[in-house]
Amino acid sequence: MTATVALSGVGKRFRTVEAVRDVSFSLDEGEIVALVGHNGAGKTTLMKLMLGLIQPTAGSVRVLGEDPASGAFAARRRLGFLPESVSFNSALTGRETLAFYARLKGEPVGEALALLERVGLGAAGGRRVGTYSKGMRQRLGLAQALIGAPRVLLLDEPTTGLDPALRQSFYEILQELRGRGATILLSSHALSELEGETERVVIMNRGAMVADGSLAELRRLARLPVRVRLTAAGGLDGLAGRFADLGPLQRVNGHAVEIAVDDARKIEVVRRALADETRIEDIEVTPPSLDELYAHFLRSGETRS
Amino acid sequence: MRTILIIAGKEIRDGLRNRWVLATTLLLAGLALSLTFLGAAPSGATGAQPLDVVIVSLSSLTIFLLPLIALLIAHDAVVGEVERGTMLLLLSYPVGRSQVILGKFAGQVAVLGFATFVGYGAAAAALLASGAEIDATSWLAFAAMIGSSVLLGAAFVAIGQLISASSRDRGTAAGIAVGVWLVFVLIYDMGLLGLMVMDQGRTVTGPVLNALLLANPTDAYRLFNLTGFANVSQFAGMAGLAGSAAVSPSLLLGALGAWALAPLALATLAFSRREL
Repeated sequence: MTATVALSGVGKRFRTVEAVRDVSFSLDEGEIVALVGHNGAGKTTLMKLMLGLIQPTAGSVRVLGEDPASGAFAARRRLGFLPESVSFNSALTGRETLAFYARLKGEPVGEALALLERVGLGAAGGRRVGTYSKGMRQRLGLAQALIGAPRVLLLDEPTTGLDPALRQSFYEILQELRGRGATILLSSHALSELEGETERVVIMNRGAMVADGSLAELRRLARLPVRVRLTAAGGLDGLAGRFADLGPLQRVNGHAVEIAVDDARKIEVVRRALADETRIEDIEVTPPSLDELYAHFLRSGETRS
Repeated sequence: MRTILIIAGKEIRDGLRNRWVLATTLLLAGLALSLTFLGAAPSGATGAQPLDVVIVSLSSLTIFLLPLIALLIAHDAVVGEVERGTMLLLLSYPVGRSQVILGKFAGQVAVLGFATFVGYGAAAAALLASGAEIDATSWLAFAAMIGSSVLLGAAFVAIGQLISASSRDRGTAAGIAVGVWLVFVLIYDMGLLGLMVMDQGRTVTGPVLNALLLANPTDAYRLFNLTGFANVSQFAGMAGLAGSAAVSPSLLLGALGAWALAPLALATLAFSRREL
C-alpha cells in the first residue's frame, strides 16, 4: 500500500478563524474514506488544502508525492474533485461543459463524453446546463470528476440531491474506481448514510480530527452501550432488580424495560433472561447506531479540547 | 499557452451564447452607420474625404462606448465565477491563476475586437458602396483607428479584470467599474481643464500636460487618432495641437499598451493572493 494523500500536522487559519488545526492522516490506494463532520467542521477546508487552492499555515500536505500548492500540475491531472453544490455555466450544454474540462486536463474529449452515459446523462447531453435539475447537475459534476480515470477523487457532499437509485449507482461507480486502485475521499455531514459504503471514517469537529478508523474500530473505541429490550408477559415486578447490576435500566412501558449494557456483557443479559423463561417473551438487541457513534465522538472531542 | 487558449475559447463561446457578441456588434455597427450617413451630409460641401470625417466621429464615439462595454464584460470575469461557485472547480484543474486571467482577457478582447472590426468595418463598407472615393492615407488612418480602438478596449478589459479580481462581490465590482468609467471618460478631462485654467500655465507646462494626457488611456487614444494623421486632424479641429504636441504616435500607442499590460499584471497578482 502506498499513501496517495498524506497530511501531517496541518493547520489553516483564516485571519481570526482557525478552520483546521493539527490534522494528520494518510490515505492509501484503493481506499474509500469518509470525512464526516458538521457544517463548518473543516471538511471543505481540508479538501481545498489537498487541491492546493489554499496554503496550510502549519504542517504539510502531500498529494501523489507533490505539494499541491507548489504550482506544479502533474498531480492535478490525476485528481478529480466534486465541489459541494457544484455549479456550471448555465449557457453551455452538458456535452460542451464536459468537453471543456476534458481539454483542460489534456484528456481525449471522446472518452470524457462517454462518461455522460455512465452517469445517466446521455440523453440530456445536448441540453443547456441551465435546464438541468439539481440531481442532474450533481451527476454532471461527478462525470467531470471522473475525467481521465483519476487516482485520487475528492468528493465534497457528493450524494446530496441524488435519489436512492442514483445514490446506489453512484456508489457502484466508486467501488469500481476503488477496484482500479483509486483513493476516494468523500465528505458527509451524516455518518448513517455511509454505512456499508466506506471502510474507514475520519471524524472532524470544529477543525480538529476526533476519530480515524474503520467503523468496527470506532465502535470498539467508543464503547457505547448496547441496548437490550426485554418484554415480559406478566408485568415487570422484580424484573428490574435482577438486571440492575448490569447497566442503567429504563422502563419503556408496562411490559418492557430497556437495559443499556456494555457490549461484552450483553450475553449475560440474555442468559439471565433465559433463566427466567416463564416471564420473558421477547428479547431485542440493538447495537449503537452510527448517529450515536458520531455524536459520541463529537462529544468526546469537545471535552478533550 | 494551450490552457490560455482553451479558456479564451470558452469565454468567446460564452459571449456568443449570451448574445454579448451580437449585441455589441449590432450596437457598434448601428452607431457607426448612422454617424457615417449623418456625418457625410455636410462633408460634400467642404470637399472632405468622407472617411476622415467618419474617423473623427467614430473615435469620439469609441472613447465613450468601448470603455463602457469593456468594463461591462470584464468586471464580472473573476468575481462572478467565484460567486457562482464555478471558479473553485476550474482552479482544481491543472490551471494556473494567471492562465485564468490571461485566458479571459484574450477571449474578451477577441469578442470586443470582432465587434469593433465588423461594426466599424460596416461603416467603411457602406461608404464604399455609396461610391465614395477613399485614398490610401485615409484607409491607413481608418485601420489605425480600428486597431487603436481595440487596444483601448483591451486596456479597459484589463482594468475590468483588475476590478473583478480584487472585489469581494459582484455589486462592488459593478460600482467600481462605473466609477472608473466616469473618472477616465468624463471627470479626468474636466479636472485637467480646471487645473490648467487655475494654474495659468505656471506649473502645468507642455511636458507635464503630455504626461497627464498619457496617464489616461482615453486621452492617449484621442491624441493618437485626432492628431496622428494630418488629413484627420484638420477635421478634428486639432491641427494646431497636433503641430505643438510633442508626443509621438508610437509613444501614444505604447501608453495604451502599457494601460493594457499593467492592470493585467496587477489583476494576476490580486487573483493569486485571493483566498477562495
